[in-house]
Amino acid sequence: MIEVDSRDQPCPQPIIELARAIADVAVGDLLAVVARDPAARHDVPAWCRMRGQEYVGEEVADDGVPRYVVRRLS
Amino acid sequence: MTNAPAPGGVAHPGYLDTASAEPLHPAAREALTAALERGFADPRRLHQRARDARLLLDNARAVVAECLGCRPDEVGFTGSGTEAVHRGLLGLVAAHGRRSGIVHSAVEHSAVLHATQWRPSPAHVTVGVDRHGRVDTSTLADAATGPDVAAVALQSANQEVGTLQPVDDLDLPDEVPLLVDAAASLGRVAPPQRWSALTGSARKWGGPAGVGILAVRRRTRWTNPFPGDDDLDGDFGNVPGALAAAAALQAVTAERDEVAARQWPLVDHIRAAAAAIPDTEVVGDPERRLPHLVTFSVLYVPGDELVAALDRRGFCVASGSACTASTLEPSHVLAAMGALTHGNVRVSLARDTTEDEVVRFCTALADSVAELRRDTP
Repeated sequence: MIEVDSRDQPCPQPIIELARAIADVAVGDLLAVVARDPAARHDVPAWCRMRGQEYVGEEVADDGVPRYVVRRLS
Repeated sequence: MTNAPAPGGVAHPGYLDTASAEPLHPAAREALTAALERGFADPRRLHQRARDARLLLDNARAVVAECLGCRPDEVGFTGSGTEAVHRGLLGLVAAHGRRSGIVHSAVEHSAVLHATQWRPSPAHVTVGVDRHGRVDTSTLADAATGPDVAAVALQSANQEVGTLQPVDDLDLPDEVPLLVDAAASLGRVAPPQRWSALTGSARKWGGPAGVGILAVRRRTRWTNPFPGDDDLDGDFGNVPGALAAAAALQAVTAERDEVAARQWPLVDHIRAAAAAIPDTEVVGDPERRLPHLVTFSVLYVPGDELVAALDRRGFCVASGSACTASTLEPSHVLAAMGALTHGNVRVSLARDTTEDEVVRFCTALADSVAELRRDTP
């Protein structure tokens, strides 16, 4: 799975990085973005809704930082 | 003194943040000047000057009562809208004795959330909202039947997205009082009638800052939750402020329908212009909303930079994005609605905002977004 490291990036950079990285993911595959920014918790699902992608859910990276998983649908 | 705009012009061109603070209404300015002369004395004293001040304060109370559709002795003045919410809500809870729970919507103003956190209770319940930010009346009423619920808080309209709440449709248990935070809607739409306590903030309807109102129905049990007498007013002594607030409320109430009728199409224009920008979402209820307010979120754009870009082009707007807040937390309102929290802009029209201003704003918005998106996907 491709993982985007946006740990220390401010809002809305994690979403911008997510949108860039999705181009490198095959349709049906997963992509994860790791971000401390508290807005990412709301904005990753909102981005998925607006862009027609699937929000899979939130996990925790090895260092305890939230990790948001997305499936490319189109 | 002239505060009236030049013919065809506006008093504060480009100021589109009246949901934060409306410029002083000309009627308030007049009342304030007169009352500063006549109403300086402490209205609680027994001499001639105090009687003058008390007369002005009672006059202000009667005017506010008429605008709200309640009795003058049900109206009190506070030092701010926030203080009105704190005294109102915690006063309902304090009067309830054993019960301590507060049921409220997820999109209440932070004044309600802070009051609730200040008196923690295992019986507090936060009721979610739909995509438009509207609460479901039956879910709220169900939550209010809990055994330890002391009060329910529901705003009349949301201050960030403009969605009207179905306050008058609420059917609560008889013993559970309802606090309605009407700060966002007073002077904009007809006030709700279904409330035990109602709060507002004068600077949001063109009155002076530093004046809030707290109205409590006579049959409602309420006690002062803070040190001091069981008086709605506390030690409020800003008689000129109260009179100016009342004069402004009376004026905006009288012109409410005419102003709203002008603002609806202007807001529709902004809604359409925002929606035409790619990857932009207009948020809030499209129909059941305040007449002067619209909020949208622009993907891949930082809210603070968008506010700054619009400011450079001569337009003052607000944002609920995390990067514009001192806490770096995104707006709890946008989060509860599942809306995009970054790139958020709230536009709230003044009573004299013109079509020309709105057209120029829409151009400035498109230019600002294009400028900020130059490097994004």
